Amino acid sequence: MEPLLLVQGLAVRRGDRLLLRDLDLRLQPGERLHLRGANGIGKSSLLECLAGLRTAEAGQVVRRAPLHWLGHRHGVNLALSPLENLGYAAALLGAGEAAVLPALEQLGLGRQRHRPCAQLSAGQRRRTALARLLLSRRPLWLLDEPLAGLDAEGIERVGALLDAHLASGGAVLLTSHQPLPGRLGVFLERSLTR
Amino acid sequence: MSRLILALVQREARLWLRRKADALLPLLFLAITVTLFGLGARPNDPALAQSAPAVIWVCSLLAMLLGLDRLFREDREDGSLELLQVSGQPLALAVALKLLMHWVMTGLPVCLLAAPLASQLGWSGAGQGTLVLSLVLGTPVLTLIGGFVAALTLGLPRAGLLLPGLVLPLVVPILIFGSGAARLAQSGADPAGPLYFLAAALVLALTLLPGLAAAALRNASD
Repeated sequence: MEPLLLVQGLAVRRGDRLLLRDLDLRLQPGERLHLRGANGIGKSSLLECLAGLRTAEAGQVVRRAPLHWLGHRHGVNLALSPLENLGYAAALLGAGEAAVLPALEQLGLGRQRHRPCAQLSAGQRRRTALARLLLSRRPLWLLDEPLAGLDAEGIERVGALLDAHLASGGAVLLTSHQPLPGRLGVFLERSLTR
Repeated sequence: MSRLILALVQREARLWLRRKADALLPLLFLAITVTLFGLGARPNDPALAQSAPAVIWVCSLLAMLLGLDRLFREDREDGSLELLQVSGQPLALAVALKLLMHWVMTGLPVCLLAAPLASQLGWSGAGQGTLVLSLVLGTPVLTLIGGFVAALTLGLPRAGLLLPGLVLPLVVPILIFGSGAARLAQSGADPAGPLYFLAAALVLALTLLPGLAAAALRNASD
């Protein structure tokens, strides 16, 4: 099976620090790869490299499918409501307007959809960002700390999202300091060390 | 594509309307500084009317610079810029629309306010139309240059201090030709030459700067 993401000999630099080198990765449909490592080891920088947001010092990243990106910053404007943020994201991602409300409801934000995100909790902002994953079908998900700020019920919802995505042939690469929710897919783990 | 353009414009318009103070600040600055010039001069001083084109152009330029450093900062800090980059949509288009909305919310009101402020300085009648036309052609160039420099300095510490120092030398020709056109019209001469220069500068800036600003934004997130 052809991998959705192929990484060969990757080196990642942030400022004057070489964070990672000679990194090889393959991510196939149905796989979830959990990247672990201490704070500052370079997990977020690696994900930025894989998403094309950061230039690699060396090596090659091949993405064979469109991706959804969830960085450690939510990508949510605090002056706008979840509905307005998702409406904008839907236009960016080429999704229909009709997908916005069901996505918010699936993340438990139906009642808060008109409130400015500045008035929402950190967990609710994270849920708004996670709702973007449901707007359009993109096989490759790169998620940086998707569980940050979520309560137990929110983590369960993310588990259901991951299961549904993996069952439909998608793949996920994510960082988290917590055990991953969900049951489906091939569980892979990779620890980054200095 | 039209849905994307509409969504980008709608988002910017909403953000401007929810930050009314930011939208009003350039206008208040312009109105207050021009009024202070009037109060500081002798009553009915003809020199004030003569210097009105320069006064209005300088104050408009400074008003347009206010808040430029915040143009892309919020999008970078909240992760919206990353989202835009990863979405696969043309970043230059998003930058162009952001700058267009910046001009609509700051430059356009400045143009509309210019004629009443000119009258307040004792300059009435002939040449006011040229002043407004010079601002209509010149203020978008100020926004485009300012936007490019704001993108260029986005990842730098103390960008707020650096930005005016970098923008001012670049916008001096616009100031010279803008106020020059209004001055020529005020004295009854033909202002076509400087107005053509401003129009050419606008076309050049529109063609080049959104793309360059987008490239600078990609660099800033690297």
